[in-house]
Amino acid sequence: MSSRAEQSFRAELSFRAKRGICTCLFVLLISACSSGAPAATARNQGTTLAAIRARGAVKCGVTQGAGFATPDDSGRWRGFDVDFCRALAVALFNDPNKVQFVTFTQQQRFSGLQSGEVDLLVNGSSITSSRALERNFHFGPVYFYDGQGFLMPKASKVARAAQLNGATVCVQQGTTTELNLTDFARRNHISFKPVVMEDLRAAVSALAGGRCDVISQDGAGLATTRTMLRNPNDYVILPDRISKEPIAPVVRFGDDQWLEVVNWVFHAPVEAEDLGIDSKNAATLAQTTDGRIRRFLGFEPGISDGFGLDPKWPYNVISRVGNYGEIFDRNLGPTTPLGMDRGMNKLWSAGGLMYSPPFR
Amino acid sequence: MQALALGVGAAALWWLARNTQANLEQHGLSLGFGFLQQPANFELADTSGIPFSPEDSFGRAILIGLANTARVSVIGWVLSILIGFALGILRLSNNPAWRGIVRAGVELMRNTPLLLLLLLLAATLHSMPGPKNAFEPLPGVFLSDRGLVLPLFERPRLVGFNFVGGVSLSPELAALVGALVLHHAAQVSEIVRGAILGVPRGQSDAATALGLSRGQALRFVVVPQALRAMMPLLATMCVSLTKNSSLAIAIGFPDVVSILNTTANQTGHGVETMLIMIAVYLILSLATAAMINRYNTRLLATGG
Repeated sequence: MSSRAEQSFRAELSFRAKRGICTCLFVLLISACSSGAPAATARNQGTTLAAIRARGAVKCGVTQGAGFATPDDSGRWRGFDVDFCRALAVALFNDPNKVQFVTFTQQQRFSGLQSGEVDLLVNGSSITSSRALERNFHFGPVYFYDGQGFLMPKASKVARAAQLNGATVCVQQGTTTELNLTDFARRNHISFKPVVMEDLRAAVSALAGGRCDVISQDGAGLATTRTMLRNPNDYVILPDRISKEPIAPVVRFGDDQWLEVVNWVFHAPVEAEDLGIDSKNAATLAQTTDGRIRRFLGFEPGISDGFGLDPKWPYNVISRVGNYGEIFDRNLGPTTPLGMDRGMNKLWSAGGLMYSPPFR
Repeated sequence: MQALALGVGAAALWWLARNTQANLEQHGLSLGFGFLQQPANFELADTSGIPFSPEDSFGRAILIGLANTARVSVIGWVLSILIGFALGILRLSNNPAWRGIVRAGVELMRNTPLLLLLLLLAATLHSMPGPKNAFEPLPGVFLSDRGLVLPLFERPRLVGFNFVGGVSLSPELAALVGALVLHHAAQVSEIVRGAILGVPRGQSDAATALGLSRGQALRFVVVPQALRAMMPLLATMCVSLTKNSSLAIAIGFPDVVSILNTTANQTGHGVETMLIMIAVYLILSLATAAMINRYNTRLLATGG
């Protein structure tokens, strides 16, 4: 579903309830009224990068959710997704503030990207074949591995998802939330009674009130949802993951240069962690004799400076935004309200799935 | 002049359609309704009694959504008109206590957003006891936060998380119908009151002079005349009730909008599902209006 944490601070109630219709109108309006929006065709090779440079800022499509993308008390955007957008801004402009954040709901996001309203989506979208093959979107590297799971009261004394036969499941209307749930039920020969809410908060209050036995969402979303309940410790996230949700940045089809820039900027924090580089020690490593580190940080030119990028962009990104572990811990880790475990998102060398191709 | 207006309208539509087509092509999208035959792969909790399984098509799921919308609308119309009529008459009662109570209630309903009422009712129904502590007012009848379960065909029993067997009425359906009826009955009461006050006072005076009681005067003289004034407004109310039923999505009732949204999300055919949505509401609204207009014509022809 790729949905994560679509939540909290969304617009006003009545607006939300009719958003389904609004979204569709939005799609039609874009289709009907934009004559000559910057569409993605082979003709547009390199135009995204040129447009970003002319504008002086990256336009990043995000979906609001605690820990992933949310404005803090002073209105500054913070979160895991936000930090990756800032990494792009640092790579291009050496300034983490040269990002314009545009918020999308899950239903609007792809039309927003397609219409040229943003340069990329960093909002918890999963890579799927139909999005790539049918709908013509390109995905960058996976920067977060997730899967759909279940959150329910501890008092239910359920240990595994297969014991949920007959349960009423609240879900937020997403892209494949209902699909994953139905697939899981059929695999395990059990049945669910779904209650599909458009707004996550309605689902949360239905769980708290007892209307639903369980909520199903992506794992990251469950961690966020748990913090929204009055007594988070009375609820447990079941260990089962019933789907694969590889979360990656999304760009329009047909602009290979921009895709490559996104690819390598998203690889950089992972490679940095792998090489033992973080925001604190990056500066001191200028003197290192380790060739891999020198090449990665850009102290040897001709490695990562295509498309007019600063040769030292990886150094800038790591020193100003941090490596993958720092980004994770700062926004999602055990010291944050989300308290998430790295899990699958550990480095490959630590038994996880995070693996960057070499910078050389 | 009219030909000109028609021409401008047609040209605008043609331009919109052509531009949509061009932009869709540019974005690598094509319109098509073939996806309606693909398996839906989602479950529906409330199907208006129509059998449905995840292997069935999106088309069938959308039809069930339509049936759910139609069911809510029809129940909503009947109850709104019945309750609204009674309230409208009470508003004109000679008893100031009745008048005051009804007026306060009607004003409260008319001046608060329907969505608020809907969420309030849903939250209230959700805070009923769980299925393990369900009320059992009559043997086999269970009332809980899972809704009302009736022992039709089979006696319901609690198995694991939920009741199995019997016929159940979900709290979402109850909240939706409840909110729509409260909101629209208030409108109907105003329509009824206005229409009755619109009948010249001489009519009821004459009826009284003929020795009819107040009730008889209303029933035989005033209301039949007021009905003609009410019908067009009642038609508008019915149409708007049907459209307002799309607020179902806020509380999780699977109406046609909710199912079309899920369909759009899963298939990526946003434009097509929106066209279906427009067609559905256009047809529902026109059919409702036509039905009531036909009744109205008959009413006028027979002289009430």
